Amino acid sequence: MASGEEDGAVDEKENNNKKKTKSAIVTAWLTFYNIAMTAGWLVLAMAMARFYIQKGTHKGLYRSIARTIKFFQTFALVEVGHCAIGIVRTSVIVTGVQVCSRIFLVWFITNSIRQIQNEESVILFLVVWTLTEITRYSYYTFKLLHHLPYFVKWARYNLFIILYPLGVIGELLTIYAALPVVRRTGMFSMRLPNKYNVSFDYYYCLIIVMLSYIPLFPQLYFHMLRQRRRVLHGEVIVEKDD
Amino acid sequence: MFHKSHPQFYPARQSIRLDPKGKSLKDEDVLQHLPVGTTATFYFRDLGAQISWVTVFLTEYTGPLVIYLLFYFRVPFIYAPKYDFTTSKHWVVHLACMCHSFHYVKRLLETLFVHRFSHGTMPLRNIFKNCSYYWGFAAWMAYYINHPLYTPPSEFTNIQFILVTLEFFNFCQIGNLSIHIALRNLRPPGSKTRKIPYPTKNPFTWIFVLVSCPNYTYELGSWLGFTLMTQCLPVAFFTLVGFIQMTVWAKGKHRSYLKEFRDYPPLRSPILPFVL
Repeated sequence: MASGEEDGAVDEKENNNKKKTKSAIVTAWLTFYNIAMTAGWLVLAMAMARFYIQKGTHKGLYRSIARTIKFFQTFALVEVGHCAIGIVRTSVIVTGVQVCSRIFLVWFITNSIRQIQNEESVILFLVVWTLTEITRYSYYTFKLLHHLPYFVKWARYNLFIILYPLGVIGELLTIYAALPVVRRTGMFSMRLPNKYNVSFDYYYCLIIVMLSYIPLFPQLYFHMLRQRRRVLHGEVIVEKDD
Repeated sequence: MFHKSHPQFYPARQSIRLDPKGKSLKDEDVLQHLPVGTTATFYFRDLGAQISWVTVFLTEYTGPLVIYLLFYFRVPFIYAPKYDFTTSKHWVVHLACMCHSFHYVKRLLETLFVHRFSHGTMPLRNIFKNCSYYWGFAAWMAYYINHPLYTPPSEFTNIQFILVTLEFFNFCQIGNLSIHIALRNLRPPGSKTRKIPYPTKNPFTWIFVLVSCPNYTYELGSWLGFTLMTQCLPVAFFTLVGFIQMTVWAKGKHRSYLKEFRDYPPLRSPILPFVL
């Protein structure tokens, strides 16, 4: 009886310990992940700056950092996993849309369509992404370490106000520049007749992608603005519940 | 009564509860039998604009019927002008049109004469969602099947194969209808009682031994048959998406059955025997 109670108490303590070790592992992983990503984007920033200083032109800049950006941007898919298993409290859909749009641009536009790699719009969105990601990942890192300098918080919730629209402009201009090449080469497209009885026109797909920025971008932008008001000014936003 | 004092909230839109976070009361609940004292407090919630199930079903099923025929007859502005009002030279295309049209006519007739609905209405925005789904997919499928450059199943998948898919399709259509009729007969007219469905004298209902929602099983079978008949990727997509949605519904229904009936047959799976 008495030993039974002690066993019960020991079990509960063991459970608590298990929970603590689990969340310690989670925190360790998230901290490592965010530090690694901050470092990665810092490396990208320095590589871009060095290239421009040495060569004096942006031509060839994309090629020089192509592998690095493909690696770090693709690795960000892991963040969707974080949301899905609940160790990060953000909507899976919001994160999913953002990561997917980045991956789409990197793999299906700039990586696949060489002719547009030296466009100025590419440099524009690369710079924007680099600044945004360095701020974002260092914000998460400091937050996990419980030592968040105000200027990092300020940067995370203010720089996006200009960077976000600038990034969208860069992305849209890049896709627009790619359109003639896609039309001419018919890349990624499938025409009739074929045994699957289906057709796909990458050109029109890109046009639809560009149009989809119209409903999607404001939603993400206002989501960030609402976050900003809540975090910086402690405003309580009442969400309509359905 | 509430409707009289607040005319914009017609009864279908009202959700009345005894507790703000609890479940809604049912239409059949009688005041005397509710767990309240001499005075009762009710909480009202507006469910939003409502539309009847019958209206939604009729609209969402008439669309594909009409839309497919527009593509089948190659109405102008869809394909190149030289093909306007021509007919396909492949007999499987005519067969596919008959199957598709038969399927939706069957659904319309079932909506009018067979189904007995538990809830009279659903939220209005559902009609836009549902119609986009059915009409959109119908147009996408019909465009390719009736296309002048359509490729029918190749030489080695010959006439026998197409006829087998046709028979399979018909088998599943009859099966689906049998299940709908069996489910309807569980419920006397005008009532909303829920009972466990069992196999009847009709062999098509014997699948109830292994499956909770065989109407979905047969539906999946029909569309698989149609996919193999037409060998068209959009049709395969439609079948897949439908399968995923029906599995979600079947699992929910299966869970409700288990919760409501102690003696629910243990051998049954939601939609696929033993598997899902």
